[in-house]
Amino acid sequence: MPKLTVNGVEVEVPAGASVLQACEEAGAEVPRFCYHERLSIAGNCRMCLVEMERSPKPVASCAMPAGDGMVIRTDTDIVKRAREGVMEFLLINHPLDCPICDQGGECDLQDQAMAFGHHSSRYDENKRAVEDKHMGPLVNTIMTRCIHCTRCVRFSTEVAGVTDMGLLGRGENAEITTYLEKALDSELSANVIDLCPVGALTSKPYAFVARPWELRKTETIDVMDALGSNIRVDTRGSEVLRVLPRLHEEVNEEWISDKTRYACDGLKRQRLDRPYLRKDGKLQPVSWDDAFAAIAAKLKGLKGAEIAAVAGDTVDVESMFALKGLMTGLGSPNLDCRQDGAKLDAMTRAGYLFNATIAGIEDADAILIVGANPRWDAAVLNARIRKRWLAGGLKVGVIGAPVDLTYSYDHLGAGPQTLSEVADGKNAFASVLKDAKKPMIILGMGALTREDGAAVLATARKIAESTGMLVPASKDADGNEIPAWNGFSVLHTAASRVGGLDLGFLPGKGGADVAGMLDGASKGKIKAVYLLGADEIDTQRLGDAFVIYQGHHGDRGAHRADVILPGAAYTEKDGLYVNTEGRVQMALRASFPPGEAREDWAIVRALSAHLGAALPYDSLEQLRAALRKSNEVFTEIDIAPQAVWGPFGAEGSMSETGFGTTIENFYMTDPISRASLTMAECTEVFVLPKQNRTGTEG
Amino acid sequence: MLRDEDRIFTNLYGWFDWGLEGARKRGDWSTTKEILSRSPEDIVEDVKNSGLRGRGGAGFPTGVKWSFMPKEVKDKPHYLVVNADESEPGTCKDREIIRNDPHKLVEGCLIAGYSMRACAAYIYIRGEFYAEAVRLQAAIDQAYEAGLIGKNACGSGYDFDVFLHRGAGAYICGEETALLESLEGKKGQPRLKPPFPAGVGLYGCPTTVNNVESIAVVPEILRRGFQWFADLGRPKNSGTKLFCISGHVENPCNVEEEMGIPLRELLEKHCGGVIGGWDNLLAVIPGGSSVPMMPKAVCDDVLMDFDSLREVGAGLGTAAVIVMNKQTDIVRAIARLSYFYKHESCGQCTPCREGTGWMYRVMDRLCRGEAEVEEIDALYQVTKQIEGHTICALGDAAAWPIQGLLRHFRPEVERRIAARKAGQPVLEAAE
Repeated sequence: MPKLTVNGVEVEVPAGASVLQACEEAGAEVPRFCYHERLSIAGNCRMCLVEMERSPKPVASCAMPAGDGMVIRTDTDIVKRAREGVMEFLLINHPLDCPICDQGGECDLQDQAMAFGHHSSRYDENKRAVEDKHMGPLVNTIMTRCIHCTRCVRFSTEVAGVTDMGLLGRGENAEITTYLEKALDSELSANVIDLCPVGALTSKPYAFVARPWELRKTETIDVMDALGSNIRVDTRGSEVLRVLPRLHEEVNEEWISDKTRYACDGLKRQRLDRPYLRKDGKLQPVSWDDAFAAIAAKLKGLKGAEIAAVAGDTVDVESMFALKGLMTGLGSPNLDCRQDGAKLDAMTRAGYLFNATIAGIEDADAILIVGANPRWDAAVLNARIRKRWLAGGLKVGVIGAPVDLTYSYDHLGAGPQTLSEVADGKNAFASVLKDAKKPMIILGMGALTREDGAAVLATARKIAESTGMLVPASKDADGNEIPAWNGFSVLHTAASRVGGLDLGFLPGKGGADVAGMLDGASKGKIKAVYLLGADEIDTQRLGDAFVIYQGHHGDRGAHRADVILPGAAYTEKDGLYVNTEGRVQMALRASFPPGEAREDWAIVRALSAHLGAALPYDSLEQLRAALRKSNEVFTEIDIAPQAVWGPFGAEGSMSETGFGTTIENFYMTDPISRASLTMAECTEVFVLPKQNRTGTEG
Repeated sequence: MLRDEDRIFTNLYGWFDWGLEGARKRGDWSTTKEILSRSPEDIVEDVKNSGLRGRGGAGFPTGVKWSFMPKEVKDKPHYLVVNADESEPGTCKDREIIRNDPHKLVEGCLIAGYSMRACAAYIYIRGEFYAEAVRLQAAIDQAYEAGLIGKNACGSGYDFDVFLHRGAGAYICGEETALLESLEGKKGQPRLKPPFPAGVGLYGCPTTVNNVESIAVVPEILRRGFQWFADLGRPKNSGTKLFCISGHVENPCNVEEEMGIPLRELLEKHCGGVIGGWDNLLAVIPGGSSVPMMPKAVCDDVLMDFDSLREVGAGLGTAAVIVMNKQTDIVRAIARLSYFYKHESCGQCTPCREGTGWMYRVMDRLCRGEAEVEEIDALYQVTKQIEGHTICALGDAAAWPIQGLLRHFRPEVERRIAARKAGQPVLEAAE
């Protein structure tokens, strides 16, 4: 722990900290452009120069390791002049087009020029102009504004793991570009927009839309994947204009995927803004009362077993809880939240959680990925694996499709056979896991959404038990607590899934799961199906059943529906979501649902009264109280719990088919992203060319 | 004046055979095995005592630099890297060593490498030096064939390899850390220091980067004893040095001379004097383009060594003496150097990337007098804003020539501005 003096204040910083960090510790502000905590150190902007005793020249504080006994000054004339000098250099070729720049108002260069710059420029020559580069449908470039900090280059090579970006040329002709102006092919590409300290890389879909001070900012939770990335939703009036990441070290650090960021334009299209009722084969707008009356009329006289309910992938816990209550009131055991048919059971909570936790990946030293493509299933989590891999000493094995994960791995095999070999210790990777201190298995939906999913789950469980993935808490020689380690990790793709499993939104005694419901519906045994935001099922197989669709987008479910109850999208309601780790997070409403649409739990509550099975709560608070009473996991917000190990899965034979991936197109996985124009553009640029490849393109 | 028997580079002009046989006749490789039988610390101590200072420009004591290397080879191998990327305008000494006395360099690599416990030497040679690279590779091959390097070098039991790598002709790759980047196959951009190459160098391993001349003189120092070398020249500025004299002298040449020789003696003894006589001298850049110039008044009695030149605000640099007589358009000359640095800036860090272009553009206007007098001060401030604020020394190198010009020839610059304002023709020398 080196001790140093900054402006006369003595501070102690952890070993390996930089002088810049020490200055911050001492409360001395140090301006910077190129330095970023999560990226490697470049030291090229020279804005963070400070004076160090016994050094003839000012030193770049971001790159200088803090040493014992250093005497640093940030308030001297030399430092002031160095900063002014660098600031002047940065501005001489900067266009100063702030009035037409999207970064205006949240620009590091603007802010620091105000704080540390000269009042005027002495540069009378012509300014440099740089041609704008094409970087795909998400990132807009105005390269004349670039100050060459290389944050974007470092992000894309280090975090995103794509080597598309770089600095070409040298001297004042140096330009940041993608090689041959190819679109930045990464699911995390748009994070470079946040990293860019100036307006060189800005958001293409958000170009010229709003100024930051016009926006209302709501801190909430994302539902585009099961990570529960922490986001900030910026709205103006009722319109969601953009989504930005929020810092959460244990979940998404400060990154979000492009889908999380840009699917929000889908919130404006294809919206269900009033109830509809199918009359004479056509959906026609009706009032809420008429819609409820029609449902009541249809359900009257139906037996519980003839009614079924499916919860979708982006539904909040409260509405599932309300719907479960309603179905129980109607006597129906036919409930399911696993649209994709994943063979997960709720016997043991540890059996369906990402027990190692996302931050725990950084402790792991061997990872077996089974039936998952983390790059698409959870892009930010994949960046965490890459971060761990870059740190060195991580061995990764993959069973399933061999895809580019941005880090190297051993491809062990395609399917259950290899999995069994690992479980029986016949595969070499079994000993890698056994020798590892903190081994992990990441079980994706590709391995579980199959007929033999339960057997796969049981085999994975066997691997976890036989290779020492379950390490109980212990104490080291000094009596310090070593926390327990559970490497068994299920990687979900649906934001609502863990919440649904926690609630027990699953078939009751004698109840049918999704496959059973579809069978029953097509055979006429199930006469009414309630789809709560469920669009990913095969609606063709619903037969003649009376379909109630409650949701926010006119997607597959709504097309088949007989009654549509317009609900709220994730930005339009307060709600709880449980991420793949089992972390309960609270989303807040950023805007109101459009037209006559209402919050989902309230719709279910209103309907329950019409059906004569009124639910026992009248407010969200009362509902949450009941929810907490039903399951104590909902009592604690933002805690990744340590779930108790127990039985789950079912022994059985496994087919020889290889594990597939559940996501065919990263950019379109739910009704919101399917309605998004930006996501459609991404699909066209990034996904279709690869799918349609014939092998003759050269 | 240096006595002939004290010369180290006895084939500087290529009058004799450059090959192994010729080199042996000149004494190279003669007692290498005995030298290698000494302990590495012993050799480093001798080099320290000889007072040898780095010949690449900075003048850091070579023995001290070597002693920064870890004393034991742990999990990472040690490397010696020889900087043969001689690109400093005016400098042409390493080229002559490689052309005519390559075995001095190869032998020096072995001894220096041994004293730093290096397993290999990488010689990074400037891309434009094609013929020199061929020659040096031939010398390396000869040495391998004769068992002088490679496994059991010179029968000493020490294994040592020498590799030659050709650069692609970027000036910045002569900066030691940019050279390492380039050698690793990356873009030649200087690294941040710390960590220094002695800790984290080539491929992350302990590395020392030395100039060709510094390495090539080491075998001779060890053979003749450090005292011989230390007795030449002046205290702290000992030994002999290759001077490359170009510009307005009757006979531009490369010559080995004792450190601390008076500049006037150097020019008049070896180069036939300044064209038009000593009084026709305008200024001298004593150490390659990145060193501030000296006006004639200083040149009259200045001594050519590190400390004397530093005292007068210049520097020995690479000892590339650029002589300019009164024919010279001094403003244009410095503007041309500014263009060079603008062209060669790597673009990594802000002051150099933005500042070199700014300085060049102002200099270009100053040549024609198209400026205001205040801009001279602004230009001087810009050079001060660059100096010392960059990652590597290229920023300093770009700033110093202009500082030298403004320090000594400001009246000339002002004259042009005044002439322009008065509507008179601005007299510039023809190019």
